[in-house]
Amino acid sequence: MIYMDNAATTICKPDVVKRAVLEALDTFGNAGRGTSEAALHAARGIYAAREELARFFHAEQASCIAFTANSTESLNIALKGLFCPGDHVITTVMEHNSVLRPLYECEENGVELTILGCDEKGNISPAEMENAVRENTRAIVCTHASNLTGNMIDIEAVGKIARKNGILLVVDASQSAGVYPIDVQKTGISVLCFTGHKSLMGPQGTGGMYVKPGLHIRPLLSGGSGVDTYNRHHPAQMPTALEAGTLNGHGIAGLAAAVAWIEEKGIDALRERELALMRQFYEGVVRIPEVKVYGDFTVRKRCPIVSLNIGEYDSSEVSDELNMTYGIVTRPGAHCAPLMHRALGTVEQGAVRFSFSHYNTEEEVAFAVNAVKELAEQGE
Amino acid sequence: MRKKEMKLVITFHTTADAMAMEKACQEHGAPGRLIPVPRSISAGCGMAWCAPLSERERLLGVMKERGIEEEDLHECLV
Repeated sequence: MIYMDNAATTICKPDVVKRAVLEALDTFGNAGRGTSEAALHAARGIYAAREELARFFHAEQASCIAFTANSTESLNIALKGLFCPGDHVITTVMEHNSVLRPLYECEENGVELTILGCDEKGNISPAEMENAVRENTRAIVCTHASNLTGNMIDIEAVGKIARKNGILLVVDASQSAGVYPIDVQKTGISVLCFTGHKSLMGPQGTGGMYVKPGLHIRPLLSGGSGVDTYNRHHPAQMPTALEAGTLNGHGIAGLAAAVAWIEEKGIDALRERELALMRQFYEGVVRIPEVKVYGDFTVRKRCPIVSLNIGEYDSSEVSDELNMTYGIVTRPGAHCAPLMHRALGTVEQGAVRFSFSHYNTEEEVAFAVNAVKELAEQGE
Repeated sequence: MRKKEMKLVITFHTTADAMAMEKACQEHGAPGRLIPVPRSISAGCGMAWCAPLSERERLLGVMKERGIEEEDLHECLV
């Protein structure tokens, strides 16, 4: 199998991640439930992970990091817990349904929504974002990188707009966390939502969110907290406020090991490798007649994703052929990004997404280019 | 049951704060250990830092330096 669906989930996890999960499975009690050595071992492991993630994203302190199951959960907590009827929120067509659907629910409950469009390459203009700010604007909610095109939003520029206008900035870093360094304080991010199983190289079922100190988010869940049993309300202090119930301690141990591994290898070196593979693939397919590539490849700063179509072929058919004939794993269809597909005119056809990891090789990429060429020739 | 002694017991708002306390004390070589919150302080659950009474100022210094906020400070038989 040649795995090129790393934007969906990375499949080659570092050995240290596997070892950390196994060790946790053998030794973790329930963190925060008593002070037995087993419970404390789990609590220490989770706290170390909090510190690791706080360092990684340049958070003020470990308690700014709450663990969740994935980006979707983090985004639901943030979006449903921050906004009130009458608030105005700015977002973009680049968003994944994990941003759009909670925002649509907010809209049904009286939140006003502005969705900014993109240019023909799929880019958003931060200047237009600033023009959309109104008196009742509470936040800008945007992705750092499109899961369909790999295009990025200049969050540093957006952060300046948010700061200047005194509004919140909620960033979906599902595709970018682990690819690009993110400094939440310098950028002016109020809430950063991330998943563990993509470029952070951790296990599925891990994720989390950074919340700026002092920012109150109404919790989505309440329940067991390990503290204050007889209080009718869930504790308001971070991170407990957003972590009702037993955490995925085993997975979190793996996530911490994964982030430490990225730091050891160097995030820049890992990304440059991925971008080189992406570029090799892009240059190989872009001039093939019948192949249409989506996204902006004139810029260097992007995520290692190449989405394409061959002629009028259904993307599912192409992806299946790549899988069955060549053993190449890609993702077809609509990529949970309905507005981006609409903007690119690919609602019916979908798109075949190739997404690269530092684990891929030049040989695999050359093989994939050749496969696309052969399928395009067969279609002529 | 072993004989109880008067101890300093520091409670926290979250488990994360308790863990931060344990780490800070280990790094500073400050004494104490995490215990379940005694019933005489608060019914329910949670963990607290338990240390000799004489270590009060030293522990408060560690907490101040690390920005660890206590829920409360108690002196009780543990």
